[in-house]
Amino acid sequence: MKFSIMVNEGPYTHQASDSAYHFTEAALRAGHQIVRVFFYHDGVNNGTRLSVPPQDDRNVCDRWSQLAQQHQLELILCVAAAQRRGMLDADEAKRAGKDSNNIAPGFEISGLGQLIDAGIQADRTIVFGD
Amino acid sequence: MSVLHIVNKSPYDRNSLETCLRLAAAGSAILLIEDGVYAARKPSSAADTLQQALDNHPLYALQADLQARGLATDSLIDGIQLVDYDGFVKLTTEYDKTQSWL
Repeated sequence: MKFSIMVNEGPYTHQASDSAYHFTEAALRAGHQIVRVFFYHDGVNNGTRLSVPPQDDRNVCDRWSQLAQQHQLELILCVAAAQRRGMLDADEAKRAGKDSNNIAPGFEISGLGQLIDAGIQADRTIVFGD
Repeated sequence: MSVLHIVNKSPYDRNSLETCLRLAAAGSAILLIEDGVYAARKPSSAADTLQQALDNHPLYALQADLQARGLATDSLIDGIQLVDYDGFVKLTTEYDKTQSWL
């Protein structure tokens, strides 16, 4: 079966990203396909590569990157939500005249159309948020 | 059309479980995750409401979230079924749609 996942909350403030991660892992383990993981609102903060949590804590951001690498997952950050929160890839940083970028490997910035497309392609869309 | 309702709010914080139960069609299932699992602990007013809902809805709770909150399985209402994340995924495939009560 094809799944799309939507994550609406950032890491460490709410359980949504943890729940979504464990669900995605379990779905892959069961042999299902993940069409896309779409990060919206504060959920875009999951895509930073500059997060440095304590060593004895889970690394919510890295964990998504690693899962994406292992399973060729598509991790999409909503562009409007990302820009507001200072989540920029190299292109967006250049366009906005900023001196740096912070998107983690495996994440891409794209539009809300990707959420609609994910909903159309998938058999199930599971929403995690507050 | 069968629906899996996913409730992630404590009934002592928000009224999403109450709203869900009011609107859910008979036969649709309810899965408690995150702080939603607090509703399953008895004795409590929320547990009484859920116990009644069991007549019309299969009821599930995510084991990992119960454990994380120190809720022992013998403190839960009778008839609730515990699932792990694999079971969570399986439930979403068994019902036609899922509704997250955010």
